[in-house]
Amino acid sequence: MYDFAYQKPGSLADAVKVLSGDMDAKALAGGQTFIPVLKQRLNKPSTVVDLAKLGLTGITVSGDKVTIGAMTTHAAIASSPEIKAKIPGLQHQASMIGDEAVRHRGTMGGSLANNDPAACYPSALLALGGTIKTDRRSIAADDFFQGMFTTALEQGEIIVSIELPIPEKSAYEKFRNPASRYAIVGVFVAKFASDVRLAITGASQGGVFRHTEMEKALSANFSPDAISGIVTPADGLNGDIHASAEYRAHLIGVVSKRAVAKAV
Amino acid sequence: MGFQGIGASVRRKEDVRFLSGKGNYTDDINRPGQLYAVIKRSDRPHAKINGIDIAAASAAPGVVRVFVGADLAAEEIGGLPCGWQIHSKDGSPMAEPPHPVLAVGKVRHVGDPVAVVIAETKQQAKNAAELIEIDYSDLPAVANLTDAVVPGAVEVHDGVPGNICYDWVIGDKAVVDGVFAGAAHVVKLDLVNNRLIPNAMEPRVAIGDFDTSSGDFTLYTTSQNPHVIRLLMGAFVLHIPENKLRVVAPDVGGGFGSKIYHYAEEAIVTWAAGKVRRPVKWTCERSESFMSDAHGRDHVSTAEMALDAEGHFLGLRITTLANMGAYLSTFAPAVPTYLYATLLAGVYKTPVIYVNVKAVFTNTVPVDAYRGAGRPEATFLLERLVDVIAHDTGFDKVDLRRKNFIPADAFPYQTPVALQYDSGDYQTTLRVALANADWEGFEARRAAAKGRGKLRGIGISTYLEACGIAPSAVVGSLGARAGLYEVAEIRVHPTGSVTVFTGTHSHGQGHETTLAQLVVSQLGVPFDQVEVVHGDTAKIPFGMGTYGSRSLAVGGSAMVKAMDKVIAKGKKIAAHLMEASVEDIEFADGKFTVAGTDKSKALAEISLAAYVPHNYPIEELEPGLDETAFYDPKNFTFPGGCHIAEVEIDPETGVVEMVNFTAVDDVGRVVNPMIVEGQVQGGVAQGIGQALMEACNYDPSGQLLSGSFMDYTMPRANDIPNMSVATENTMCTHNPLGSKGCGEVGAIGSPPAVINAVVDALKEYGVRHLDMPATGAKLWSIIQAARPLMAAE
Repeated sequence: MYDFAYQKPGSLADAVKVLSGDMDAKALAGGQTFIPVLKQRLNKPSTVVDLAKLGLTGITVSGDKVTIGAMTTHAAIASSPEIKAKIPGLQHQASMIGDEAVRHRGTMGGSLANNDPAACYPSALLALGGTIKTDRRSIAADDFFQGMFTTALEQGEIIVSIELPIPEKSAYEKFRNPASRYAIVGVFVAKFASDVRLAITGASQGGVFRHTEMEKALSANFSPDAISGIVTPADGLNGDIHASAEYRAHLIGVVSKRAVAKAV
Repeated sequence: MGFQGIGASVRRKEDVRFLSGKGNYTDDINRPGQLYAVIKRSDRPHAKINGIDIAAASAAPGVVRVFVGADLAAEEIGGLPCGWQIHSKDGSPMAEPPHPVLAVGKVRHVGDPVAVVIAETKQQAKNAAELIEIDYSDLPAVANLTDAVVPGAVEVHDGVPGNICYDWVIGDKAVVDGVFAGAAHVVKLDLVNNRLIPNAMEPRVAIGDFDTSSGDFTLYTTSQNPHVIRLLMGAFVLHIPENKLRVVAPDVGGGFGSKIYHYAEEAIVTWAAGKVRRPVKWTCERSESFMSDAHGRDHVSTAEMALDAEGHFLGLRITTLANMGAYLSTFAPAVPTYLYATLLAGVYKTPVIYVNVKAVFTNTVPVDAYRGAGRPEATFLLERLVDVIAHDTGFDKVDLRRKNFIPADAFPYQTPVALQYDSGDYQTTLRVALANADWEGFEARRAAAKGRGKLRGIGISTYLEACGIAPSAVVGSLGARAGLYEVAEIRVHPTGSVTVFTGTHSHGQGHETTLAQLVVSQLGVPFDQVEVVHGDTAKIPFGMGTYGSRSLAVGGSAMVKAMDKVIAKGKKIAAHLMEASVEDIEFADGKFTVAGTDKSKALAEISLAAYVPHNYPIEELEPGLDETAFYDPKNFTFPGGCHIAEVEIDPETGVVEMVNFTAVDDVGRVVNPMIVEGQVQGGVAQGIGQALMEACNYDPSGQLLSGSFMDYTMPRANDIPNMSVATENTMCTHNPLGSKGCGEVGAIGSPPAVINAVVDALKEYGVRHLDMPATGAKLWSIIQAARPLMAAE
């Protein structure tokens, strides 16, 4: 990695100040993507601002929502009895990210801010219709993701917590890239009293997206059969040495049905 | 402590330090005043170098020196030598284009080293390397084997027309063609053996050290064979005499063949240490290793078998293209010839065989031996071909194998492709494997799987390999530029403990345990009083290292011979001390006894007398008890056996799950059953990796697409099923231990078993053959393509 300055501020305000004042400063959450990127010299920050001392960890349940601190690790989410009881799809999803070491360092806020098109969490946030709480505002999931590695976050804006409505049912199903174990197709489905939301990660060139045709069918009939006839076009999907766009299009159908079957 | 000699599953003594973080790997070594080297590598597959501007890099903070190819050329530093010469069918020697340590004039693959920066810190060296400006003119490149041999293809080297390194044959084509002309059945198969990247857990490291007072050079390196490196680098590259050059290969974290070869970085750090008169360390980064460690496999073949009406194999005809990469790595030419074509009789009594191998240069990383080396390629071809014969002719695939096996009473058996097998019993390994795998119960398991929506298949591979390399005169006649004997020194210390100095090298195999067990059994010395030393040319005699499953069969045999000498000398000392004649002294269980009496002396008493020779036959016998033996094997060894794989495929996704794996191997005498089981398991895991996951991909322009673990799929623990591993051994007849070797059998026998199982699972889709790796994406495409055909039927 290139040389950089390192700061570990003790308050959110201080962290925002450093990051806002310097276009080349970068925030460090769990570092499970960022540190490999630094080691490969693919990023040259002036200052790395470590968010570890801002007190942004923890899981709370109140009424109809779960709130997760941005610096909460995947391991904490995967082992949380509250998450398992309220949003089992999220608990399962967190348990499948990376390996043990990654899960004990990587954070939900870091992953969402990075918006890797093959990351798992964006599908949960979008399918659950969650809200990103930052140092300055609330951003609805539908407005947050703006294409691969791009989000609505402004320069210096820090995610503080993630609010997730508690669905009646939820499930996540992941078809892994055999090498990286990221999602080739990951499907998060959430059933609420009024509707069903289903989000797909890993497949699209534009990053995570909602499959509205499936949502409509599932809102009418929450069963795998309801979506078995839905064909997803390959246009706009990723193709690489592991999976063609056509294969991904096919997998969207298969993996979605399995996610619904798991949730039912 | 129970029995710890030959046959005991003694726990590996080296694992205590490996598992507690106390191993001493090359990267753990740091020399006083050490500098750091970073290699500037080509990012182009093929380009002319118009100029290299090192001014900014040389002036960068902390930089001591920057060297380019011209600096080495000016000092007449040699290119990296090739250790094996093949002759083409017309008698001409293979094309052996220069392989400069740092590129001169052109770069020929992504990763080709162009310059080296030596600086006070690694960080400074990396910073400076980014400042080197190389003016390239890109040239068209060729990465794919079949593209490289079409007329008019881009030529990787001037003076190597058509990219052909050699065009080699074995067997009589006219005779084989004649057999085909009269055959009842001819079955033909085109197949590819996929290119692999070895990925040892420990990346390569090299540290050059120069002693300014003595003028001695030391190279610390991640090598499987330090003496070979000393010879190649000292004699052919740097021109340093052996007495001034020491090579140390300490703990090494896996090699699988990729650490046999002499690499450019070893020469660079050693030479540079002499120039800057300080130690120079280079540590390979993982992404760098993908483009600089020798790759494996990469064959394209056509195989044809002629059969009579009853299904007896009459003749085999094969043409193979073998990728050499951009330059010849140390033993590359031997792999597709004498480690491949000579294995194509397999376990079958096929009377005539003709093989034509063309070795081909491409703009890719050099290719050389990787666990199994040639034998996995031969086995995959043969065992796929036998299954395809069964598919095409209707013969049962097990009966077909049984019918064509070399019978157990036919040994020694001379094959039509040069090798003479000493022992084996293929009917027995087959029979036991079929029983262990519950072959008979498979159709019930297939039906049960179908009920769960899964396609279940079973596949068999009855294989043989040749290892324990090798008789020096034989390999010399085949083109080897080295001898392949092994050496051991047995030093019995005054108080009776023993140090073994072996020319073999352990990089994960557990030699410190296995070789110590030989001493326990032969000299009766307790296990914890035996130390095995390897990997340092300043300590061990000139040995050839570890590869080709040779350490026990060849290195262990050298130990037996050296211990024979210890016992013979000990008997003379014992006879003197006990006032008996030498002929009357017997040695057993660590004691010298006068036959027919109760008079005896323990080995420790004899060794003490040997080093404190007060009462000693000093007129007839030298003091000391320290014996060395060189052992040159009389033949290769021939492990073999039967592997059976069982898979389930999800037809919706194409994904294969390994559900069962059964191995029954014949590895000769087993010294440590636990270590043999582990070696087979590890080899099978690599075989499953090749069969289902691993693929080194280049795009047509020569860019490496699978250049990291994000894109190159290594098998993980949860991809590997629980395995049933057993042995049914016949003894090697020509070495004193009877051992054959077990390091490679797993990687050799398993890939065709897995693919045969996958093809079997897909039989309702009309699949006759598919190439490795059988990824979900590939199988899904095959299933998709077959569906309309099935619907039409």
